[in-house]
Amino acid sequence: MSVAHTPARGRGGWTPWLYLAPALVVLAGLLVYPIYQLGLISFLEYTQAQVSGGEPTTFRGFGNYAELFGDTEFWQVLLATVVFAAACVVSTLAVGCALAVLLTRVRALPRLALMLAALGAWATPAITGSTVWLFLFDPDFGPVNRVLGLGDHSWTYGRYSAFALVLLEVVWCSFPFVMVTVYAGIRAVPSEVLEAAALDGASQWRIWRSVLAPMLRPILVVVTIQSVIWDFKVFTQIYVMTNGGGIAGQNLVLNVYAYQKAFASSQYSLGSAIGVVMLLILLVITLGYLRLLRRQGEEL
Amino acid sequence: MLVIAVVVAFPLYWMMLGAVKPAGEIESSEPRPWTLSPTLDSFRRVLGQQEFGRYFLNSLLVAVTVVVASALIAFLAATAVTRFRFRFRTTLLIMFLAAQMVPVEALAIPLFFLMRDFGQLNTLGALILPHIAFSLPFAIWMLRGFVKAVPEALEEAAYLDGASRTRFLWQILFPLVLPGLIATSVFSFISAWNDFLFAKSFIISDISRSTLPMALLVFYKPDDPDWGGVMAASTVMTIPVLVFFVLVQRRLVSGLGGAVKD
Repeated sequence: MSVAHTPARGRGGWTPWLYLAPALVVLAGLLVYPIYQLGLISFLEYTQAQVSGGEPTTFRGFGNYAELFGDTEFWQVLLATVVFAAACVVSTLAVGCALAVLLTRVRALPRLALMLAALGAWATPAITGSTVWLFLFDPDFGPVNRVLGLGDHSWTYGRYSAFALVLLEVVWCSFPFVMVTVYAGIRAVPSEVLEAAALDGASQWRIWRSVLAPMLRPILVVVTIQSVIWDFKVFTQIYVMTNGGGIAGQNLVLNVYAYQKAFASSQYSLGSAIGVVMLLILLVITLGYLRLLRRQGEEL
Repeated sequence: MLVIAVVVAFPLYWMMLGAVKPAGEIESSEPRPWTLSPTLDSFRRVLGQQEFGRYFLNSLLVAVTVVVASALIAFLAATAVTRFRFRFRTTLLIMFLAAQMVPVEALAIPLFFLMRDFGQLNTLGALILPHIAFSLPFAIWMLRGFVKAVPEALEEAAYLDGASRTRFLWQILFPLVLPGLIATSVFSFISAWNDFLFAKSFIISDISRSTLPMALLVFYKPDDPDWGGVMAASTVMTIPVLVFFVLVQRRLVSGLGGAVKD
């Protein structure tokens, strides 16, 4: 990363800003401004009556937040979101890393087969992935219940089994990113290092823990953070697979909860307040990530 | 290893199998992992559904517009932050990184009102514009590596030969970065193609502007899903992404490696 800054990079005056202008305009209008609006709405009384102009918009201060934090359902959903996201991240990373290591140890043909299969899972749109997994676990016509001999056990009926089903789908479609990235990282590790470790009689697990994991730390940090961000925001899978949040909202996560509050019950200000809470949580994670990068001495 | 590959590929196999199985075999309590009498009935039902072709074209139009627009904008921005030194450069980079973390879904509410105020509800623009904005930060972040890889000596040589900055940008740098640009496009393509939330929230009354995810849900009724139809529609929706992925997979792997290592 030690780029010698040649004079060519220094010159330019306004040119870089000219190149940046389209990106900045789009981001300001469709990202920054909506974030500001989100914050604003979360402080207002904003329901169907205000939207249609029937009643004036009034300022509620922290009223929406007070209402939200006083609602036990909110805390349940928050807890479910955190636990579900954590479970998804851990499973995705475990599967992705294990398969990446495995990929380096097999011949070309099986490697190609797994790569192609993973690519297929990766490419599958969230919504089609959701319907296919529902079909696989369908109580009447699905092959899984048949093979496991579960009769007409319904996976989406119970809270935990419904979450487990969504988790399987999420892991299935997100482990390929981890696997491919970590695999690319392992390939960049000099083979002598691994051979030396193997000669010293280190076990596979030991090699991973003491040699690969430390060397791949920057990559692992990136895939972990990416997974945290993705899994914290799962929307489509929950919405489709549990039909909008499960029976009596038992499978709600923050994202779906905000959507239901805003678009299903027209409580736009409460939905916005939930959005702000999500934004703040992800902001904290981002700041932690940036500090990690900085500590590793990365130049941006 | 092959066993794992089979397990990973199985859902996709089951999807395509479900799409060609005759109705009687799908609705059987003895699901078999093969079929002896494949039929295109489900596809016929899906494609015969009113406006399915239209939904497909809508989806394609949204995705292609998003890909082209965000690729061009991201290319310019990535060039600015990698090949120039200027004040606030690092600040901007951190902001692009932070922007990737913004939960798009949380912004559905303000965006809904924004689109309403600009009369964009029920238009494809309501789907295209936000997706351009949301795919930009990641695209810029990933393109940096590709732009950086072009030697600076080449840039100086071009200037010495009398090329203008614009000429260098479009006739030398752009073709060199193009493979990376295409790899990056996969992500904006996917986010636009797969979008479900915006399609559901912003296209509320004019269903002729709907996109594929909504068409798919027509067949999926939670109490009595038409699995054959759902699987056929899913297959139609998955194949374009699959083709795109397979075409760029090599670039994708090296691109990710580069983006992560930088």
